[in-house]
Amino acid sequence: MKIKICIPTERIHNPIISESIIETGILLNIMVANIDSTYGELIADVKDSRFDKIKNALESRGAIVAILDRPIHRDEEECVECGACISVCPMNVYAFDENWSLCVDEKKCIQCGMCIKMCPHGALKLGE
Amino acid sequence: MVEKSVHEINKKIEDGSVNVVTAEEMVGIVENLGVEGAAREVDVVTTGTFGAMCSSGLMLNLGHSEPPIKIQKVWFNNVEAYSGIAAVDAYLGAAQISNTRGIQYGGAHVIEDLLRGKEINVHATSYGTDCYPRKVLDTTITLDDLNEAVLLNPRNAYQIYNAATNSSKRILNTYMGELLPNFGNITYSGAGVLSPLSNDPTYETIGTGTRIFIGGAQGYVIGNGTQHSPSSGFGTLMLKGNLKEMSPEYLRAASFTGYGTTLYMGIGIPIPILNEKIAAATAVRDEDITTNVLDYAVGSRDKPVVRMVNYAELRSGSVQIEGKDIPTSSLSSFKNARKIANELKEWVKHGTFFVSTPVERLCCEGSAKPMKQTQAVPLVKDVMSDFIVTIKKDQTVQDAAKKIWENSFNHLAVVSDTGELVGILTAWDISKAVAENIFDSVESVMTKKVLTCAPNEPVDLAARRLDRYGVSAMPVIDTQRRVLGIITSDNISKLLARRY
Ligand code: SF4
Ligand code: SF4
Repeated sequence: MKIKICIPTERIHNPIISESIIETGILLNIMVANIDSTYGELIADVKDSRFDKIKNALESRGAIVAILDRPIHRDEEECVECGACISVCPMNVYAFDENWSLCVDEKKCIQCGMCIKMCPHGALKLGE
Repeated sequence: MVEKSVHEINKKIEDGSVNVVTAEEMVGIVENLGVEGAAREVDVVTTGTFGAMCSSGLMLNLGHSEPPIKIQKVWFNNVEAYSGIAAVDAYLGAAQISNTRGIQYGGAHVIEDLLRGKEINVHATSYGTDCYPRKVLDTTITLDDLNEAVLLNPRNAYQIYNAATNSSKRILNTYMGELLPNFGNITYSGAGVLSPLSNDPTYETIGTGTRIFIGGAQGYVIGNGTQHSPSSGFGTLMLKGNLKEMSPEYLRAASFTGYGTTLYMGIGIPIPILNEKIAAATAVRDEDITTNVLDYAVGSRDKPVVRMVNYAELRSGSVQIEGKDIPTSSLSSFKNARKIANELKEWVKHGTFFVSTPVERLCCEGSAKPMKQTQAVPLVKDVMSDFIVTIKKDQTVQDAAKKIWENSFNHLAVVSDTGELVGILTAWDISKAVAENIFDSVESVMTKKVLTCAPNEPVDLAARRLDRYGVSAMPVIDTQRRVLGIITSDNISKLLARRY
């Protein structure tokens, strides 16, 4: 499953992620990381069965962990299959097939919302 | 020499012996049979395009109310239409936005809602005359209630259109969609191989009176489009069609974040193959159609050309800029363009659509002029203060405070030893430094990321930047980052005071 890990300002100098990984032995596949001296936000993939354990480890160190379970949803009626969403998606969720139909690989979505603003037809939403 | 007439082709349509193919299919046919063979074999080539066409709108007639009203202003679902035409006619532009819902909903959405059979609120006002005494009118209408609902589009179906990218450091919201910073993406529009005017670039068969597919109905070309610029390859068409006969499959409202509303129109134009020249033109491929990638970071009419591309490259999914693969996005739907070309092909095949001879040719030379402006646009250099106090980055905070106090000047430009701008320091920064007891060098308290502007930029652009970032001043620098002056909100207010 995809999770979002936020590291608050006062903890940014602690190696929270590394410590948690070492403590639990659970591997995180980090897909996006925005970290600077004031704030950190990471999106990572982790096995469903290991989630509770890594969550505890991270949260005991002051991180905030949330499950990303609202993958992108496309309203097929609204969508005109223009492809405007393709180039703004950092995870390559969208692509054309050989018939110029839009393919959506929701599993790759990290819910950044870029495509929602791009779609001229309001066809995209983060699902509930 | 192959020579066919529109009349002959229509006869074939009537008796069902017509050979019609799409522009995409024509490419292979010309490759196989040669131009002459293809011209002999094929009678009609169909084209199609489906994309954002802002310059569209609905001419409508409401019928007379009781007591009658001479409508002076009118709103449909809070979107204003132009009604300075007789009493109950109005023109609703696709790009007009709602008074209450902003750019989420506009003329295009009203048009789509009408087409979908929805009820639309009408609010109209007038000054009242003896013959039209009514002053206010409120009602609801559906498409069926209108006498005429004619789509009258001043500029559709561009021959080609520029592709867009963004060299700046922030996201741009444009009619070409969201353009990511640092050449993060390229957006483009148009159907390439299927594009109507690209298949008849010298307008042999497409002209005033040409019967076309528009929004799922039969309509007509009524002349060249506005801003028709054939010499540069930017031909456009003015089109009409009956909204009551259209289908929402081929007419869709859209809204571009940070820009506004527009109408996605489906247009298809059949090209009768009268001779080899026309056959050759319809064999055009994506790789033969070139356009420019423009840098939309430049908010001026003349945007720099980043590079030339063809539609095959654009449609491949990425284009190289400075050695980097930049992902591309189409704003128009090729799948729908294909659907339109195929639908039109079926119509012709089944004898429900006949090709036509234009009653007048479109001009294939000339270009659109830029606007005539009688008032010169003031440039930054015209209004900036060329008095600017600078300070070296290794001087002390106290030196800075002294300079500000002596010159009663709010902003100090911080420069390196070689005179390049490296930061900015305001009276506020100094107060903050004092409050926090920091008295080190200027460098430790200055703002390093300075917004700047160039002397030849229009003041409007500078004002927009000041506003966007909520700052009160920007140093004006030359290409070597040397400080030439400063532009403040004060300079701009004074300019405005002079203007009005
Ligand atoms: S941008 Fe919107 S309309 Fe276009 S393909 Fe993507 S989801 Fe569909
Ligand atoms: S939300 Fe972000 S990651 Fe998900 S599909 Fe949209 S652009 Fe891609």
